[in-house]
Amino acid sequence: MAWLGVLYIGSLLLLFATAFWHTDPFTSKVIPGFTLENFQELVVQEAYRNTAVRTIGIALAVTILCAALALPLGLFMAKVAGPKLRAILAIGITLPLWAGYLVKVFSWRITFSQGGPLDWVLAPLGVDGMGYGQPAVVVTLAYLWFPYMAVPVYTAFRQIPDNLFNASADLGAKSWGTIRTVALPLLKPALIAGSIFTFSLSLGDYIAAQFVGGKTQMIGTVIAQNINLNPPLAAAFGLVPILVVVAYLFLARKSGALDAL
Amino acid sequence: MTGTRSQTLEPPEQSLQAQAAISLRGIEKSFGAFTAVRNLDLDIASGEFFSLLGPSGSGKTTVLRMIAGFERPTDGSIELGGEMVTDKAPFERKVNTVFQDYALFPHLNVAQNVEYGLKLRKVPRAQRQQMVNDALEMIRLPQVARRLPSQLSGGQRQRVALARALILKPQVLLLDEPLGALDKQLREQMQIELKQIQREVGITFVFVTHDQEEALSLSDRVAVFNDGRIDQVGSPADLYERPATRFVASFLGHTNLIEGDLARQLLGAPGPFSLRPEHVRVAPSARAANDQQASLTATVREVVYTGSCTRFVASTPSGADIIFQELNGASTQPPQRGAEVVLEFDRRHAVAI
Ligand SMILES: Nc1ncnc2c1ncn2[C@@H]1O[C@H](COP(=O)(O)OP(=O)(O)OP(=O)(O)O)[C@@H](O)[C@H]1O
Ligand SMILES: [Mg+2]
Repeated sequence: MAWLGVLYIGSLLLLFATAFWHTDPFTSKVIPGFTLENFQELVVQEAYRNTAVRTIGIALAVTILCAALALPLGLFMAKVAGPKLRAILAIGITLPLWAGYLVKVFSWRITFSQGGPLDWVLAPLGVDGMGYGQPAVVVTLAYLWFPYMAVPVYTAFRQIPDNLFNASADLGAKSWGTIRTVALPLLKPALIAGSIFTFSLSLGDYIAAQFVGGKTQMIGTVIAQNINLNPPLAAAFGLVPILVVVAYLFLARKSGALDAL
Repeated sequence: MTGTRSQTLEPPEQSLQAQAAISLRGIEKSFGAFTAVRNLDLDIASGEFFSLLGPSGSGKTTVLRMIAGFERPTDGSIELGGEMVTDKAPFERKVNTVFQDYALFPHLNVAQNVEYGLKLRKVPRAQRQQMVNDALEMIRLPQVARRLPSQLSGGQRQRVALARALILKPQVLLLDEPLGALDKQLREQMQIELKQIQREVGITFVFVTHDQEEALSLSDRVAVFNDGRIDQVGSPADLYERPATRFVASFLGHTNLIEGDLARQLLGAPGPFSLRPEHVRVAPSARAANDQQASLTATVREVVYTGSCTRFVASTPSGADIIFQELNGASTQPPQRGAEVVLEFDRRHAVAI
């Protein structure tokens, strides 16, 4: 156990340290030292900056999409569905977790391919499938990480007594008012817990972008490209998602949503 | 179906109609194949403290939920203050509910809970604050305004739930066994407070309970529920002294059911009759039966001391049980177990059911 810890912390520290080293442009050798060049590069180079912003945007979109789907589904499962339907849906949600990651990404690749199933389904409506690109990345990632949002949201819904909804209606709230003032505040910890997963997992992903992203690059793509050519730059870029997630956790903590964890 | 015998003691039919806060007509409620409430008619006058009394599962909560609008009747109609509300949502009804489990919002503090309905009604902030302060004053809990419900005792939560509903000045307040979770002492204290509040604010209370003592001591009128129907509606004295059915007689306090040969011998009819234990007494030895008094001999089988009085179970030679009761501290020597006694009662007190 202790060794695992050392290994884990050690590799993180190494990543941290590497980010401040630099690569000899002629020999491609990594030279230890201390320089902020790599970070400077990330900020100055428009391509890198855009990639970082795009990645964060994709991660946010995935999180919002997951939450937007998990809320009505959780409500339906917890408060409307009978026990049998509930069990079927619960299995349905967690089922994707059992299949291999690559299998799932690949099946989405097929789905979004030119003349693929999506095009075929949408053709009668006179609409084209979206093809590869950023929206396809968002959909694929949302599919991949949806269980991490849906399960906590559903669990939290189940824990809200029906009578709280009745009480809210009794005191004069309409459906939307009840959702806004009773359901959402009580679901906040679950939404934040779920979003930590969907957000950070999306930030770190690059395979989905490769398979269904078309020309879309994410931070992970850039890291993968530079890992051999310029490890310090890759390391510096690798720190970006970590910093973003840490900042996110800090905000979540400040809002008090993690008190229950 | 019954209740007719008690109707004579109620306000005349007309005036009841004129000021009915709630009227239920032909209400029926089924869950799948199961019928929880059947063919129910009920009028509750405005300003009344009205109780729904009955054993567990008899349909009291279901009726309350239909009045509040959480449940739609399968059949029948509901009027509130003369307005037809059968198909209206809870937020469209001028009725508020105090839930059995309080249903306080766990993420809001006491003041915010009490304020909830006012905010929805867009009452300006300053006025809102004033009203919340007044309400907390009324339930004598101004010091806990900033606490979360989880930091309150059961009795305090109950009072907050009451304030949250009362602050909206509903025409009708529905209370579902609001004192069920409290210990006996707090319960009795809260009963007095509830009654006091109801008198002060003068709104209609519909109070669900399965505790007959509570129903009798608090209510202006009581409806006794039995298996989804109302067996009898009447004042507490009506119900206790003139029960209409065997069920009502035995559900409210203790009673003797006198029927068959014993009834013929004592009362000249096969009955059945209900006779309350406190109306039966040990006869002074030198007195014979007369027109008014019926008497019988029995052997004391059981003596139960209950504090203020002692209850005796005696068997007649034919094997029927008679319960009677004596106040403790009376000068006479109480009968002992195994003693043979002559019992008597006033025939007027035997009520045909
Ligand atoms: N949603 C429901 N689905 C199916 N059956 C129900 C439902 N609600 C109530 N019932 C049934 O209806 C009957 C009456 O229930 P209700 O809750 O009105 O009883 P109650 O008189 O309030 O009892 P208690 O004193 O135990 O609260 C019960 O047999 C109950 O099982
Ligand atoms: Mg009930």
